[in-house]
Amino acid sequence: MAEKTLAEVAAGLKARKYSSVELTRAYLARIEQAQPALNALVTVTAESALAAAAVADQRLADGTAGPLTGVPIIHKDIFCTAGVRTTCASRMLSNFISPYDATLVTRLKEAGTVMLGKANMDEFAMGSSNETSYFGPVHNPWDPKVVPGGSSGGSAAAVAARLAPLATATDTGGSIRQPAALCGVTGIKPTYGRVSRYGMIAFASSLDQAGVITVSAEDAAMTLQAMAGFDPRDSTSVDVPVPDYTAELGTPMRGLRIGILTEFFGEGLDPAIEKSVREALAAWQRLGATVKEVSLPNLPLSVPTYYVVAPAECSSNLARFDGVRFGHRCENPKDLMDLYKRSRAEGFGAEVKRRIMTGTYVLSAGYYDAYYLKAQRVRALINEDFRRAFGEVDLLLGPTTPTVAFGIGDKTSDPITMYLNDIYTIGANLAGLPAMSIPCGFAAGLPVGVQLIGPHFSEGRLLAAAHAYQRETDFHLRTPAGWAADFNPASKAGAK
Amino acid sequence: MSLSPKQIESIAHLARLELKPEEIPVYADSLSRIFGLVGELDRAQTAQVEPMAHPLEQVQRLRADEATSPNQRELYQRNAPQVEGGLYLVPKVIE
Repeated sequence: MAEKTLAEVAAGLKARKYSSVELTRAYLARIEQAQPALNALVTVTAESALAAAAVADQRLADGTAGPLTGVPIIHKDIFCTAGVRTTCASRMLSNFISPYDATLVTRLKEAGTVMLGKANMDEFAMGSSNETSYFGPVHNPWDPKVVPGGSSGGSAAAVAARLAPLATATDTGGSIRQPAALCGVTGIKPTYGRVSRYGMIAFASSLDQAGVITVSAEDAAMTLQAMAGFDPRDSTSVDVPVPDYTAELGTPMRGLRIGILTEFFGEGLDPAIEKSVREALAAWQRLGATVKEVSLPNLPLSVPTYYVVAPAECSSNLARFDGVRFGHRCENPKDLMDLYKRSRAEGFGAEVKRRIMTGTYVLSAGYYDAYYLKAQRVRALINEDFRRAFGEVDLLLGPTTPTVAFGIGDKTSDPITMYLNDIYTIGANLAGLPAMSIPCGFAAGLPVGVQLIGPHFSEGRLLAAAHAYQRETDFHLRTPAGWAADFNPASKAGAK
Repeated sequence: MSLSPKQIESIAHLARLELKPEEIPVYADSLSRIFGLVGELDRAQTAQVEPMAHPLEQVQRLRADEATSPNQRELYQRNAPQVEGGLYLVPKVIE
């Protein structure tokens, strides 16, 4: 019972081994101890957490509890939380108190989860290393000198250090899967439209999707069950019934057709990562899956396509930050134009400005066809490649990242080297496909992730494949040195 | 592809971002590199391809034109930098 998966914690609560208040206190103590080393959270909501935990304990006592009642959770600070500061890790929103809850937050609150606080992230989710946060970088619990990945770096680091059994996250170009891989935890990006984006601060609206980072696939299934479903408040939400993901976990692997992506095993891939990923593939084969190589010839154009589409949509979405209705306002503006320009210049960090300007340029008169329309046409080609592949195989497999976590500061000078870090994850966003990263080994002492990508609405299949693998291996249960989850919530001190 | 300092100033104006003089060459350099990467798209043959705006073949959902939430102006304006009498204040626009 040392790994503190969500499933174990939920079972412990049901069995009354400890109360939600005791569990919440234990995690809050861990967070307090971890903050100086990891900087994984930007806001801790201890008081409201203990109040919510007390309510959860009542429900656990009177028999009205659901599967997640009393389970502590951390929300990425991109999700609006009523009455709680919601910053998107930007100076622009550093004093923004959200007047409402995101639908995802509401659903998880109604499911009985207890919010411990808000996770650090790259500013406006723009980054792959959590170094663009206004509140400073997050440190990877496996090695404080390396990045946790991004943009959901706080969420991934928090789960890896067992500061909570789960943390919500978002993925526009890999922002759930890449940090999950670099921190040795499980991350799922559902199908575009599967989870409501209402109250999730927008970055690139045709790509953004909410998901979750957990210890295990079983935990992810339990969480997605509560998160997924139609929301009339999100115009991109899809009205497709939500299957029973936990029931699907037991699906046998015999006959599952896995496609390995030729384009993901070429130049630039760390050989140690390739070795781990191929060993993982062999594990699925032993479970009865069949394997064939599949080529998606347009996939190498994912990164350039993304760096037109995402900045274009970001420049449009972030136009709302004008220093008038909410957000940062500069001192003593001399006129309205000065107010706009200085408020935005002071409120946004360098990477956000870079993307806004890139997007402004590709959408400006005379350039729209050459860039934006061209990128949307290539996006269609990439989508067609995936569609064709899923005629032959049930899911696609490859590495999540080309390298393990890199050093803090190593890639900040050249945006292109940073952008290329998402080379394997962006394709699923362009095509709106569900995808997961799960731990499959270590290279140079740092975690390696294997990525699974499935057709639209195949989350159940992905989770089942991940679960089957995790029953055979223990990579997902390992914790970084110094962050073992051997604390006992029922003991007096809470912490170990 | 290379963007000139003058182009960067014009883009920053369109984006309503004030740039310090020393920032202009920095953004000229990084945006030029980004457009170098984006130039790879020219390799793709796309003359016969329909642009894809949305990952699922979905049309925009419509709803009846009815009020669905109450007026919460005071709550929303709590985050505003400057309000008076329920109005957002900005520097004088019309002389």
